[in-house]
Amino acid sequence: MTTFLQDLKKIDEETGHFGQFGGRFVPEALISALDQLEDEYLKAAADPKFNEDFQNLLKDYVGRPSPLTEARNFSKHAGGARVFLKREDLNHTGSHKINNVIGQALLTVRMGKKRIIAETGAGQHGVATATAAALFGLECVIYMGEEDTVRQSLNVARMKLLGATVVPVTTGTKTLKDAINEAMRDWVTNVESTHYLLGTVAGPHPFPTIGRNFHSIMGVEARQQILEKTGKLPTAVTACVGGGSNAIGLFHPFILDKDVQLHGYEAAGDGIETGRHAATLSGGTIGILHGTRSYVLQDENGQTLPSHSISAGLDYPGVGPEHAWLKDTGRAFYHPITDTEAMDAFSLLSRTEGIIPAIETAHAIAGTVKLGKELGKDAVIIINCSGRGDKDVETAAKWFKITSNS
Amino acid sequence: MSLIHEAFNKAKSENRAALIAYLPAGFPTIEGSTKIMQEMLNNGVDLVEIGVPYSDPLMDGPIIQQAVDIALHNKTGIKEVMQIVKEVSQTGKPVLTMSYWSPIEKWGVEKYAQQMNQSGGVGVITPDLPPDESDLWITATDQNKIDRVFVVAPSSSEERLKLVTNKVTGFVYAASLMGVTGTRTEVSSRAEELVKRIRVHTQLPVAVGLGVSTSEQAHEVAKFADGVIVGSAFVKAILEQPDLSKAVAAVVQLSKDFARGVRKD
Repeated sequence: MTTFLQDLKKIDEETGHFGQFGGRFVPEALISALDQLEDEYLKAAADPKFNEDFQNLLKDYVGRPSPLTEARNFSKHAGGARVFLKREDLNHTGSHKINNVIGQALLTVRMGKKRIIAETGAGQHGVATATAAALFGLECVIYMGEEDTVRQSLNVARMKLLGATVVPVTTGTKTLKDAINEAMRDWVTNVESTHYLLGTVAGPHPFPTIGRNFHSIMGVEARQQILEKTGKLPTAVTACVGGGSNAIGLFHPFILDKDVQLHGYEAAGDGIETGRHAATLSGGTIGILHGTRSYVLQDENGQTLPSHSISAGLDYPGVGPEHAWLKDTGRAFYHPITDTEAMDAFSLLSRTEGIIPAIETAHAIAGTVKLGKELGKDAVIIINCSGRGDKDVETAAKWFKITSNS
Repeated sequence: MSLIHEAFNKAKSENRAALIAYLPAGFPTIEGSTKIMQEMLNNGVDLVEIGVPYSDPLMDGPIIQQAVDIALHNKTGIKEVMQIVKEVSQTGKPVLTMSYWSPIEKWGVEKYAQQMNQSGGVGVITPDLPPDESDLWITATDQNKIDRVFVVAPSSSEERLKLVTNKVTGFVYAASLMGVTGTRTEVSSRAEELVKRIRVHTQLPVAVGLGVSTSEQAHEVAKFADGVIVGSAFVKAILEQPDLSKAVAAVVQLSKDFARGVRKD
């Protein structure tokens, strides 16, 4: 821990560097907008009115605090460890994404911008953004990979019902990575009227820091709730990691609790050894993607490699820079979970607890099954139940070959 | 004096702006891109920027994205880029590369600068590397006598203009508008104002790029800038001509048109 405290000094919140990770690798045209966002955020964070507005919206609109549900039946499958679910699936719009969206939407209004754009993979961030746009009367455009518009068609319909324009992205891999490229192109063109509401904790500074701070409410609540329920801190907290927003939100308030293990579960797709995966921290190398230095799936020419996962929300060849730093400092551990393992866990949680998780979340469930067996029955584990699985019913039905007659 | 500054001085002495052409390496083919750039330099283009193909070109519009996809399909990596630099440099004209930061960082910052020098290249444009992150790059380019070009935009504050232009050694690349690369029907009115603001901070040549796609537009820009950068217009002409010899002919014609356009009188 003393060495970790030394490592902590290598975080520079002002420039957004986490050791060698993070920073800003963007065209000069965007620097002023990033500076403006950072300034507005710092002003807002020090403004009691902003904090009051944010807290009230989280309470009355999002439905926070989200419950911490003990998964007693599931526990038997996880080595008998006590397992608690941080129920972000119960938030308005169905996932943790809304926490950051409400915060950034308030910042958009403060900056006097009238238009928000966002990328989305599974559609959860897109739905949350479209929701906030409706609430605050902002114009909203969502970029979504064409492949994802097909596998998450329910969320496309939701965004449209909320009044957003959904632009299917047909370039590159037609998934989240290319949706971010298109959103960046829109932003650099319309930056004076538009806020880019980036949905994950990747991207150029200050996005990773702002996103993490708005999402930290999850960890703050979970820490308090577990103390109330068990009288002590948990043995471990777990979450799935794509860009890493739900994981960092849960992990961050526990970072200084040296005995609490932090475990992130990445999408290993068909398995890391097949090359068809999205496990950036487990199978990637250090490089640049979307304006930040982190672990990236790329070749020796710096070309981004296509990622693969059954989960649209984890299907991203990069990861937030703070996770890269947590990995390299040894404070957090990251493990790959294949499509098959995730889908087994998807089914397991549905049948043991009556909770259908998002396929993204199912990666954390699968990881916790393994972790629980390692840690044993005295362990207490909190899983970030980051989203609900309604959007994934079609994919799951296909996976499990469920038809109306069977 | 570097080849880059010689080219700008020569243009100035001829009462015109320098004509700078961009083309992705490996487009339409590896040999084709070499041939086309040599012909550009033989027909009125003063400097070329050879684009390093990148999978996530978020500053580029549909025309250049399409060309880059073709270049990547042709397996154009940095090794191939350096070979093209070498062959195009044999014209004796200044050859720069333009690269997103990811390929350079992955290849190795020092190695990239060194190989540019060995290949006869004289400068590198890095459109998504802010000077704030460029310490290693500055050392590597200084040691290998490679000129640095950074891009500034209409949204750049005075403070940023000062910071960025101070780190430039080649020319200042002024993005004429807020947006991605591509052809436009008119030159942004913000370009001239930006060039004026840049000149407060530096004596270095200022070249204007983004959206200059006709010889008339080049003429407008030449009235206030030291260099005119043309990219998408060349790429578009090549995309429209699947046959290489016809593409070369189209590019030669365009080069001559633009070379007339950049005259200040």
